Order: sequence, then C-alpha cells, then structure tokens
Amino acid sequence: MDSMTIIAVASIVIAGITTGFGTMGPALAEGRAVATALTSLAQQPDASATITRTLFVGLAMIESTAIYCFVISMILIFANPFWNHVIAQTAAK
Amino acid sequence: MRLSPDEIIFWQYGFLKLNATIVYTWALMLVLAAGSMLVTRRLSTGQERSRWQNLLEIVVTGIEKQIGEVGLRNPKKYLGFLGTLFLFVAAASLCTVIPGYETPTGSLSTTVALALCVFVAVPLFGIEDRGLAGYLESYMEPTVLMLPFNIISEVSRTLALAVRLFGNMMSGAMIIAILLSITPFVFPVVMTALGLLTGMVQAYIFSILAAVYIAAATRTRKPAAKDDPGAEPAPGT
Repeated sequence: MDSMTIIAVASIVIAGITTGFGTMGPALAEGRAVATALTSLAQQPDASATITRTLFVGLAMIESTAIYCFVISMILIFANPFWNHVIAQTAAK
Repeated sequence: MRLSPDEIIFWQYGFLKLNATIVYTWALMLVLAAGSMLVTRRLSTGQERSRWQNLLEIVVTGIEKQIGEVGLRNPKKYLGFLGTLFLFVAAASLCTVIPGYETPTGSLSTTVALALCVFVAVPLFGIEDRGLAGYLESYMEPTVLMLPFNIISEVSRTLALAVRLFGNMMSGAMIIAILLSITPFVFPVVMTALGLLTGMVQAYIFSILAAVYIAAATRTRKPAAKDDPGAEPAPGT
C-alpha cells in the first residue's frame, strides 16, 4: 500500500468511527435530559416556559458535541488536508 | 461536493472575490433593512394598523420578552444587538426554501464573525454596567485560582458558538444533498422541513446564549459591591 491508499483508508474509516462513537454519548445525554424535563413538566406545568427554555439551551449545548464530531468527519471526507497535501505532491512529481 | 458556499465564486478581480456567502449576506441585509424601513415608515398608534406593523410588533415584543426572561433587567437596551442576531440567523435559515439560495450561516466565516460580535459585545456591556474594575473582578469570581479557566471559557464558548451554528447549518445542507442523490423525491422535502425547524431553534439558541453571556457579565454587581467595598460600584441604571 502506498501512502495515498493508507491516507484514504484511514480517513474514511476514522470518519465513520468519529460520527458513530461521537453521537453515542450525546444521544444518551439528550435522552436523559428530555426524560427529566418531561418528568418535571408533568410535576410542575406552571413552570413550563422556564423548563422548555432551559431544556432547549441545554440540548443545544449537548448536541454541539455531536456536531463537532460530524464536522470532523466531514473535514476528513471532503476537505482532508493530508489528502490534499499528497495529491499536490503527486502532481508535482 | 461543497462544504460551504464560500466556494461558489460569482466575480473575481485579482484576489478580491465575491462569493456566494457575501452576496447572500448582502441580499439578506438589504431585505431586512429595507423591509423594516418600509414597515416603520407609517406607524400608527391607534386601533387601525397594517398587518406588517402587527407582524413587526409581535416579533419585537416576543424578542424583548425572551431577553427579559433570561435575566437581563433592561431588555430594551440589548434589543438592538440580540434582536439583530436572532433576525439575521432566522432569516438566513428561513430563506433556504428559495431555490438556488445557499444559507450564509453555512459558512464558517459568517458564524465566526457573528460569534466575534458576541465576544466583543459581552465585555463592552459588562464594563458599561459594572465599570472596568468591577468587570475585571468577575474573572476572579470564586477565587483567583479560577482566572485562567475563566479566560479559557471566554474563548472556548465563542468557538463553540461559531462551530455549533456552522455545523448545524452545514449538516442540514449536506444531508439534503446526500439524500437527493439517493432518494430524490420525498425525503429531501421532509429533511428541508426539518432543516427549517433546526434553523429556527439554532437562531433562538444563538441569541439566547448571547443573552445569557451578557447577563452573566452584567449580573451580581450588588452582592459584589456589598462584599467588597473596594470595588467600584457601578452607577445605577
């Protein structure tokens, strides 16, 4: 395997693993957050405005970790700096 | 496949490029500014009012109420900044229903610029409210040991603000583009509708987080002044 193949294989495999494992934690966390919010909504419907707002802000915070993983996968697949470097080197030869 | 609308270039002269991000940002600014000027040209205070004035009043009072609920005491003062952030991000994602439009918030440059505005505005509002010494003291809030962490959090939350908006907008466009090549008819429409919802939620979150940061920078001046008589008490606002 030359270096181009190694870089391509490593990028693709790692992109999949990044999104796969990176969304696991946020998914569990969001599930817990929503479940707790629903419980407190059922107990205190009067406080629904505050609970909903805090829930949305918290969900966005949690979700951003999954988004970071997604951004890294997208960079690995569509804008890979190592890949571009190798391509430039091969073209220069 | 494109990662951002930066790569669509309409016009180029030397190193001056006019890409899709800039063009659509200008178009949005024009629509928002001209629209609100047209609406506010003939305002009425009576019972008879145009439907556009009603719309604008609902939007403005809604934003003001949300800002007030976060904990900022004087919402009108922050309405210009936070309301503009919300309206721009919301309009940028709502316009994705127009064919051929690429949302400018799907480019990292736009979102970094918006996040930098928040990064600059938070200390400005904080200093205006508590004075320079009072604001700088808030960096050593629990103890002096927390000083480096407070500074790190200031930078990292700006980064998170930018990457969160960019990631959400870019992932929406990317998923629609991928689905168009797999299942061209039904699912892209569903994902576009979901993208509209995500866009509105992200606009809300962006402005609410900015409001929370400003509230954190302007808050707690009264207990701080009581605990520490050396702190410069801010003039009452």
